Amino acid sequence: MTENGKPKFAMYWAASCGGCEIAVLNIHEAILDVDANFEIVFWPVAMDAKYKDVEAMEDGEIFLTLFNGGIRNAENEHLAHLMRQKSQLLIAFGSCATEGCIPGLANLSTSEQIFETVYQGPSTENDDSVRPQYMTQMPEGIIEIPIFCPTLRTLQDVVDVDYYIPGCPPESHQIAAVIGLVISVLNGEAELPPKGSTIGVGDSTVCDECPRERDVKRIKQFTRIQELEQIDPDLCLLEQGILCMGPATASGCDSRCPIAGAPCIGCYGPPVGVLDQGARMMTALASVIDSRDPEEIETILDGIVDPAGSFYKFSMAHSLLKAARPSENGR
Amino acid sequence: MTERIAIDPITRLEGHGKIEIFLDDDGNVANTYFQIPELRGFEQFCVGRPVEEMPVLTNRICGVCPEAHHMAAAKAADAVYKVDPPPTAKKLRELLYSAFYVTDHTTHFYALGGPDFIMGPDAPVAERNILGVIHKVGLEIGGKVIQARKYGHTVIEIIGGRKVHPCTSIPGGQTRGINEEERAEIEKMGRWSVDFAQFSLDIFADIVLGNQEYLDLILGDIYSHRMHYIGLVDENNLVNFYDGLVSVVDPNGKRLGKYAPDEYGDWIAERVEAWTYLKFPYLKQVGWKGFVGGEDSGVYSATPLSRLNAADGMATPLAQEHYERFFETLGGKPVHQQLATHWARLIELLYAAERWVELATDLEITGDDFHTVPTETPTEGVGIVEAPRGTLTHHYWTDERGVLTKVNLIVGTTNNYAPISMSIKKAAESLITSGTVVTEGLLNMVEMAFRSYDPCFGCATHSLPGQMPLEVKITDAQGETVETLRQYC
Amino acid sequence: MENGFEPVMIGFTCNWCSYRAADLAGTSRVKYPPNVRLIRLMCSGRLDPTFVLKALSAGADGVMITGCHPGECHYLEQNYKAMRRVMLLKRTIAQMGIEPERVKLVWASAAEGIHLAHEITNFVDEIKALGPLDWPTAPRRRALEEIEQLEVEEVPA
Repeated sequence: MTENGKPKFAMYWAASCGGCEIAVLNIHEAILDVDANFEIVFWPVAMDAKYKDVEAMEDGEIFLTLFNGGIRNAENEHLAHLMRQKSQLLIAFGSCATEGCIPGLANLSTSEQIFETVYQGPSTENDDSVRPQYMTQMPEGIIEIPIFCPTLRTLQDVVDVDYYIPGCPPESHQIAAVIGLVISVLNGEAELPPKGSTIGVGDSTVCDECPRERDVKRIKQFTRIQELEQIDPDLCLLEQGILCMGPATASGCDSRCPIAGAPCIGCYGPPVGVLDQGARMMTALASVIDSRDPEEIETILDGIVDPAGSFYKFSMAHSLLKAARPSENGR
Repeated sequence: MTERIAIDPITRLEGHGKIEIFLDDDGNVANTYFQIPELRGFEQFCVGRPVEEMPVLTNRICGVCPEAHHMAAAKAADAVYKVDPPPTAKKLRELLYSAFYVTDHTTHFYALGGPDFIMGPDAPVAERNILGVIHKVGLEIGGKVIQARKYGHTVIEIIGGRKVHPCTSIPGGQTRGINEEERAEIEKMGRWSVDFAQFSLDIFADIVLGNQEYLDLILGDIYSHRMHYIGLVDENNLVNFYDGLVSVVDPNGKRLGKYAPDEYGDWIAERVEAWTYLKFPYLKQVGWKGFVGGEDSGVYSATPLSRLNAADGMATPLAQEHYERFFETLGGKPVHQQLATHWARLIELLYAAERWVELATDLEITGDDFHTVPTETPTEGVGIVEAPRGTLTHHYWTDERGVLTKVNLIVGTTNNYAPISMSIKKAAESLITSGTVVTEGLLNMVEMAFRSYDPCFGCATHSLPGQMPLEVKITDAQGETVETLRQYC
Repeated sequence: MENGFEPVMIGFTCNWCSYRAADLAGTSRVKYPPNVRLIRLMCSGRLDPTFVLKALSAGADGVMITGCHPGECHYLEQNYKAMRRVMLLKRTIAQMGIEPERVKLVWASAAEGIHLAHEITNFVDEIKALGPLDWPTAPRRRALEEIEQLEVEEVPA
């Protein structure tokens, strides 16, 4: 607690995009509630506390830390341990921290190809094949950049996590609700849910929230969205042949993407209790593909041009397989 | 023994970075290194994905400017299919984009860069942030800032589907249009935003230009660099964020040329250094001469200041007035005082708001033809937009099914990596000399050197260097191995 | 592939047809290799790809799914779902670097004990030729380390 009695609050980003920070700012006026009830002691996007300031804190001095971003390098891992040590409550905030999110797709690649792609890319002039080095001796001293880990991992892969808030990013109304809950807890008006819970999420799938009309699903063909003459604004997207992850994605976002005519891509992760989001989607799709003939089924499945990418777009790093095995000829 | 000071992490920006300042025995700055420690690998893991997913995949390069990636990706996907979206779709995209610019530039001025001026560069850390700003300027003004962001994000949600990471742009157009009710709401919010933009420019004139200390900082030498500038311009050579050709001007303001998206490869090349994950773009035709400015160096920047320098004016009347006043006050074109970027950014805010209203009152904006089905076989395409932080280039190659086979991205802030490094070094050299007591506030003034660029290093470091070696070589500045260590993750 | 490589394999077997076939093979004393550990489902349509992925990531080198012949499913149509699921799963694991041949769908009716025994025997040989999968997740690595330590400790002085 600080002199003014307000519990301390921190928000940190590991390998992230900043969207979770913007989602928090998008609670708009409710940010003033955060200010009224907490003292923000570490939030690199918005204020100037540095790592050394956190290191100087007592263990558990921070009441609540929202940790977003995945664990991609040694610095991310170090900060995960640091924030765990200094925080009473550590929340894995957003898809990157809970399940790896889109950067988890890097787990499908081999290292050799990655080197080539970036540092010998089409617009890169690098005849000497220079590569970043973790330690470089400059005339004045040695300077370092963090070691890059072999795969992208989630927060729970490296530290003990108290709660999970999924979403890419979590929708602002859910964030405001969680903040409201924490403030109620601080005021003795409510209790925290059981440790390890996923919060800020519904108890069903996106399909349940989606207002589109659903009839019986009988899919004879998968269509790429740009190939549809017209996207029917009222009918279920999957029934129009568009690959929509709604059946295998947790509710809580108000199905904003399908409402806007775009398929759900699964950013809220698997429904609570589901172990592997991709497997759920495979199950759901297989049930509604309308054919019993193996040849015809293969043709229908050819319409899904990138199964691993589509089914694990957000949850690769937290799936059962977690990463691809490098094949001999690379990919 | 060389003393070193580390600023780690840099703050009030998007992304990760650290500054290492080395002092010589006299206490003067020997050198500074601005290192970017982050990267995730988009150029690699987007390979194998269907091209229509790129607008939502590349969104996640940056959650502060996903709209920029969304639009660049959509335009690149259009180019891949050689499909021209209908006018309504392009206008909807540009309308969303204009509202986005208002939210983004507002966020930067009030929450990221602005607190240095509004609270003071060495105000206590606990106050030198958006909440301190709101306490100081009062809830009424604070409420306006919150409102400006809210309105902009409402437009993004109406047209783009979501407030962060929009989802409605696809090859050939949009997944939905807007109706008259939505249009009227968007127009109303736009008109309010024009007033808000002017109000912000008034605040800047008051708090910053009206403060001699700040004015000296802006006009002075500490944060000044003479270099090349680039920015998108329309057919009249006026600033446009969504479409056009990229204008390139030299440090004297002479236009070296304008390039179309598929010509970027003739103009921009990137360089690798061993001590950072981020690459350094430079003008290919001028060549890389090191971290120096001037006519003979390929170092260029792409920022609001660059865009104003590289264009002949603004396409909307109120912004144009401010554009003229800007260059009058600062002594003509081009302006090299990088801190003036904060001012340029607010002029762009005004243009974005005016453009918002223009598009919201366009007769075609509620049209029901918002998508053209592509008919050509997909191959290769480039899309360029101006991200708030700089020119953004997406280049895709696909197979005949439209699945990505190769991706090249040159992202807003990446353009500015060399200039930012130079600005940081110059600021450190000027501020830290023999006998200087190095305070937290002083180090913040070194950080102010990058903040005017409004960097976004999540954007910049989309790339992935690859495998973690078990052995690490320590190399010297020429890349020769000095020592070998074992490292573990 | 390697000498002495004995694959660990799981067989998800539907109660009505293929499990009875396995029973029949047993009571007929038809030999088949013991590598495939059988897990009984009420129907092949109960097979969730999660089961297969869990098996592969936890140490299995191959997974077999058996069900009633198309048209003969005890629950009418569910084996078609199983078929489609396995087809989609194979495409997905191929992208993950797992040979799709490590997952196999076999139809066997309750009377086809010999046929099922043959299929199992063939599949074990196919997996032996492919070699161990050795999926690199931490639980498996830890389990293997524990096993190695056990073996060392058991050696008498």
